[in-house]
Amino acid sequence: MSSFRVSGRGRVDHTQPIQFTFDGKKIKGFKGDTVASALLANGIHLMGRSFKYHRPRGAVTAGSEEPNALVGTRRGPGRFEPNTRATVQEIWDGLQVNSQNRYPSLSFDIGAINDKAYMLFSAGFYYKTFMWPKSFWDKVYEPFIRAAAGLGVSPTEPDPDHYASRYLHTDVLIIGAGPAGLAAAVSAARAGSRVTLVDENPEAGGSLLSEPSAMIEDMPAWDWVAKTLAELKELGVKVMTRTTAIGYYHQNMVGLCEKLTDHLASPDGETPRERMWRVRAKQVVLAQGALEKPLVFDGNDRPGVMLAGSAQTYLNRYGVRVGNKAVIVTSHDSAWYAAFDLADAGTTIAAIMDTRAEPNGDLVAEATKRGIRIMAGHTVTGTEGRLRIKSVRVNPITGSSVGAAEVIGCDCLLMSGGWTPSLHLFSHTKGTLKWDEERQTFLPDHKAEECEIAGAGRGLWGIEAVLNDGAEMGAAAVKSLGKTSKAASYAVANDRPGTGVSHKELPTDLDAGKARAFVDYQNDVTAKDLRLAVREGMRSIEHVKRYTTNGMATDQGKMSNINGLNIASDALGVPQPKVGLTTFRPPYTPTTFGAFCGYHKGSHFEVTRKTPIDSWAEENGAAYEPVSLWRRAWYFPKDGEDMHAAVSRECRATRASVGIFDASTLGKIEVVGPDAVEFMNRMYTNPWTKLAPGRARYGLLLGDDGFIRDDGVIGRLADDRFHVTTTTGGAARVLNMMEDYLQTEWPDLDVWLTSTTEQWATIALNGPNARKVLEPFVEGLDMSDEAFPHMSVAECRVGGFPARLFRISFTGEVGFEVNVPAHAGRALWEMLFEAGKKYDICPYGTETMHVLRAEKGYIIVGQDTDGTVTPHDAGLSWAIGKMKPDFVGKRGLARPDLVAEGRKQLIGLLTEDGKTKLEEGAQIVLDPNQPKPMKMVGHVTSSYHSDAAGRPIAMALLEDGFNRMGETIYIPMPDRVIKATVTGTVFFDPEGARLKL
Amino acid sequence: MLLIHCPYCNQTLPEAEFTYAGEAHIARPSDPSSVSDEEWRDFLFIRTNVKGPHYERWRHFHGCGRYFNAVRDTVSDRFLITYKTDDPRPELSKLLEKSK
Ligand SMILES: [Zn+2]
Repeated sequence: MSSFRVSGRGRVDHTQPIQFTFDGKKIKGFKGDTVASALLANGIHLMGRSFKYHRPRGAVTAGSEEPNALVGTRRGPGRFEPNTRATVQEIWDGLQVNSQNRYPSLSFDIGAINDKAYMLFSAGFYYKTFMWPKSFWDKVYEPFIRAAAGLGVSPTEPDPDHYASRYLHTDVLIIGAGPAGLAAAVSAARAGSRVTLVDENPEAGGSLLSEPSAMIEDMPAWDWVAKTLAELKELGVKVMTRTTAIGYYHQNMVGLCEKLTDHLASPDGETPRERMWRVRAKQVVLAQGALEKPLVFDGNDRPGVMLAGSAQTYLNRYGVRVGNKAVIVTSHDSAWYAAFDLADAGTTIAAIMDTRAEPNGDLVAEATKRGIRIMAGHTVTGTEGRLRIKSVRVNPITGSSVGAAEVIGCDCLLMSGGWTPSLHLFSHTKGTLKWDEERQTFLPDHKAEECEIAGAGRGLWGIEAVLNDGAEMGAAAVKSLGKTSKAASYAVANDRPGTGVSHKELPTDLDAGKARAFVDYQNDVTAKDLRLAVREGMRSIEHVKRYTTNGMATDQGKMSNINGLNIASDALGVPQPKVGLTTFRPPYTPTTFGAFCGYHKGSHFEVTRKTPIDSWAEENGAAYEPVSLWRRAWYFPKDGEDMHAAVSRECRATRASVGIFDASTLGKIEVVGPDAVEFMNRMYTNPWTKLAPGRARYGLLLGDDGFIRDDGVIGRLADDRFHVTTTTGGAARVLNMMEDYLQTEWPDLDVWLTSTTEQWATIALNGPNARKVLEPFVEGLDMSDEAFPHMSVAECRVGGFPARLFRISFTGEVGFEVNVPAHAGRALWEMLFEAGKKYDICPYGTETMHVLRAEKGYIIVGQDTDGTVTPHDAGLSWAIGKMKPDFVGKRGLARPDLVAEGRKQLIGLLTEDGKTKLEEGAQIVLDPNQPKPMKMVGHVTSSYHSDAAGRPIAMALLEDGFNRMGETIYIPMPDRVIKATVTGTVFFDPEGARLKL
Repeated sequence: MLLIHCPYCNQTLPEAEFTYAGEAHIARPSDPSSVSDEEWRDFLFIRTNVKGPHYERWRHFHGCGRYFNAVRDTVSDRFLITYKTDDPRPELSKLLEKSK
């Protein structure tokens, strides 16, 4: 094992070696290592190239906030994930890890030329450098940018994993299982509440895992963590690790993403990869701690430059020294402790530089005891080293002047710019933040949800302070649930409390305009970019953010936010709280699409509604089309037939003898009650009072704006009972509209509305022999033309099943629609089909239905209308009960625009050559030679080859169409202009002779 | 996901059971033929579009099916109250006082 691994140190299992590959090279680590800790144990800091400048980068953190060390991870075909944070991904035998955004190799990358050309890529470069000439955009700029910039490459194979989702209800949800979260959980659980404790790490403990020397209640910190977890288990607390709270939503709903298999060498195949939890908590305790800030100076992104707290974590949690010779630069006490731990583990600390002139005396004494050189009141002005830092340039600060530089050799530079409370989730709730002048950071202010913030999240520092605060916040949470809890009081020895100051970019004696002092590592935003944005007129922090892209990378500015704010505030000459903070949005860390999809993929993505006769259609080779959520038989091709041939045959067979059609998807609403007829009079345009029981009528439904909403045949079964049918897609909408008027406008009407769409199977028989096929099956009904004329309805038995039988036609032929209970649908269909064979009965689908109705000029709402069509426009003025005092849409029809001349009206079109079929949706012009853009006067709504008419037919909405009968209009297409003649909409049997028996 | 109180079921249930139904207290004129074009236009199209407390309608679509009224703050997305359709329009000042 390499010299960077400290034997016996950390929480990794030194007895369980693990081997994985990094860019094909074999790397050894231990169970419990992350990719980053294992690489660092092997002396490897260079893990990736930056997004824009392709600068060499190493891990700067040890956690989920990592901006630099993004890698691709692979586990066989389809299981590739780009942009995985090496600081989070646990290693297992056989894991394949690849660096990203480099060509041909990580150590030699051609794209790094961008770094030399950095002046081109300054803030707002999208808006400037690549603006002109326009023709360069497609061919030069965009390919160049795409090739040069970017994160990992998306996988191309389908994701073979599955993902789960669950709900969880809990009294208290505690987010973060560090000292504050653990103490809060103890308080809440001891009070008898149902408690859920979640943490994004593989194990609970948080910062305590990096502080093994602290003594809590006379117990080493790790023992205290173990003891506490055992107690929580005893108390029934649900502890979830590898679980990230990604978003905090209204009324204490929190989304959790639980990772279940990414850390396993061989998942069992049954366990989902990730599980999304939707948690509804009565109380939430946010105990997410704080994130360390980098310092901003020239070359602060070189591999080997790392946050001091992260170096401490690598040592104490993973047993890894991040270097042999470290320099510390800090503005906070915490980094001193990292230096001490490393020094005690054998790393040479070349110097501790504190930006403060007078660091804490106790710390100075501790450092002196270890023989560490102390440089108080110093700044860092540069670093050297191509793929790894080899020296750091430092200068003393006296007052406002920067003194002479000294160069100190090192193989790592550990920095700390202080700590930022993690308030991302708190901000999701629209909780407000308040600037804390002393700590130079934002702290929680007004709460918008039932939650408490504990520990470092509200600016506290030191284990004892944080533990006691967690205990109190846990007690406060259960108190508001009406339970009493006494918060435990914790005494901590070897605690490491501390304070610090906050900075903009560090002062330098060099040209600040040339400094590569990074604020946002992932998006390659420098201090200079932020100042440039302000110089160029950006005033709002939201504009500065978008212009520079500061904080817009996948880490959402976890590390860059406050540094960016400090610099913008300085450049604007406005204090930080006046500048404000940009908005945090979910998810807290990047989350897979799989976790959001959960079970909703493949056939579970959306329901497919099937009729009771669907299985027969499938067995008989139907081609399907989706109609709203239904799948409907489209046509029934015989051997070798294309759609055109099949539809022509189905049309011919129906008009020649008889066709059978599954109309079960039609919406059906039962309207019942003493006031049913009054309700129908008010809802539909037609008059219903005089419609006798046993008769049916075409019903037209408008909105109160006067436009057509829906239509369908409506049968009156009794004085107080109507069987209403709607379009397939309109069923739910129409019922909703009826309920709205009934409940809120006419609550005085005594009417019940019931959706019966799925209770009935509906079989339509059409054609001159339809009655002959049907009649033998009908009991209790005289089917003669006199007794049961066109537009009749009766309750009877058909094929032994109770039935509602309509004599209606959507084809122009003699037609019947038989409604039987859904379970009987297929049986009756098969009976009718068998009996129809001697009449060459032909099953047909929706396409033939469309052609047959178009030949008769029957409209389809939503195809021939579009929400701006009135009954008059559609040629349906006859369907309006003009004597009725009111109905929905009556007043709307009198609106000035609706009675104006020249509206678009539904007409027929016949192409002049008699052969060309128009395209549905094609635009119509009056003069094809007019200059472009041409004035479009309408569009084709329906267009088919008509076997009955012996030519293509079409319907169209055309301005002033009714006054253009016989005129020639033009349909310009990409390759030609088609001429057509305006006609009426009935193309077949205009007298309706075929409806008679 | 919001939790919404249905005043008919008297239960607080997930938003997924409900559908939004536009601004509340816009009564359809009892005799539409007697109103002017402008009045009818206002009834059809003109809405307050407030930033803040908004009187609006919801339907407990996947529950009891009833339409009901609510006051919801369009900034915070928080319900101040839900009430039955025939209940009087609650006074905003009292609601705001109660929510404090
Ligand atoms: Zn309800």
